[in-house]
Amino acid sequence: MTHNLILHVVSKTLIPLIIVFALYVQFHGDFGPGGGFQAGVIMSSAIILYALVFGLDVAEQVMPPTILRLLASLGVLIYAGVGVVTLFPGGNYLDYSVLADTQIAGQHLGILLVELGVGITVFSVMLIIFFAFAGRGRP
Amino acid sequence: MIDVFIDVTLLAFLAITAVAIVRMTNLFAIVMLFGIFSFLSAAMFVVMDAVDVAFTEAAVGAGISTVLMLATIALTKDQNEKQSRSHRSWLPLAVVIVTGAALVYGTLDIPAFGDPEAPAQMYVAPYYLERSIAETGVPNVVTAVLASYRGFDTLGEVVVVFTAGIAVLLLIGGKRQKSNTRKNEKKRK
Repeated sequence: MTHNLILHVVSKTLIPLIIVFALYVQFHGDFGPGGGFQAGVIMSSAIILYALVFGLDVAEQVMPPTILRLLASLGVLIYAGVGVVTLFPGGNYLDYSVLADTQIAGQHLGILLVELGVGITVFSVMLIIFFAFAGRGRP
Repeated sequence: MIDVFIDVTLLAFLAITAVAIVRMTNLFAIVMLFGIFSFLSAAMFVVMDAVDVAFTEAAVGAGISTVLMLATIALTKDQNEKQSRSHRSWLPLAVVIVTGAALVYGTLDIPAFGDPEAPAQMYVAPYYLERSIAETGVPNVVTAVLASYRGFDTLGEVVVVFTAGIAVLLLIGGKRQKSNTRKNEKKRK
């Protein structure tokens, strides 16, 4: 996109707010609407806005595609890994109650970790898809 | 009373947007209207107290998919839909009317909105609503069901998202790298 002062200034103000909101949605999902999926999408929209305003190459420097691929698998690994960890104290797969001393604390920890995995995977997959589509137009 | 008014207004806007999408030929404007359609659906979900679904609809339907469709339009470089007036539109119209009538007939069997006797409210929902605070300590029942009671399902969904990313990478992501390696192979030969 050609140099546009208003877009640059507005998006530079908006992007930190979008990221903070994404983190709020991520970690407040237990108490209000939201969760990992929505947070991942909002977080990726911050980077997509950056890419639209400042150009794809700069955005790929901020979020290198190799790191995105690692993050996409890391999220699934965290989710599936929490399930494996719950097997060791004798629980069922993805039964978070055995993660901590009390059932409530275990459930809380498990849900937090699992939502984090969802958020990371959704964030990176959305960006992978966007970069793949938008990158096709480049020479 | 105010609920009915909001419902009717939103539904009317949804219908107007849908008709506008059908009648337009500029793909850019159509994509923008798709975004508006998604936002209106999200507002409908809010009215129906499904805030989590509304959140997802607004973020994915209006945000990400609009950007992806715009990126696709930018790739195809053809802003206008090809108009072909030669074919007769009676058969599609008949198909649409019959399908629509079948759907409307199907809704007659659906229990009323918020009906406590509905099958959805009778099966596991009461258990979740009564026990989720005691068992998980999470005030948002949707999160408790999604991440804890239905943890397996959500794991599957995450794997689906992951698979979609891999599929896109395989199909259109690694093009440039492949041509580079081919060049390298040629150089080695």
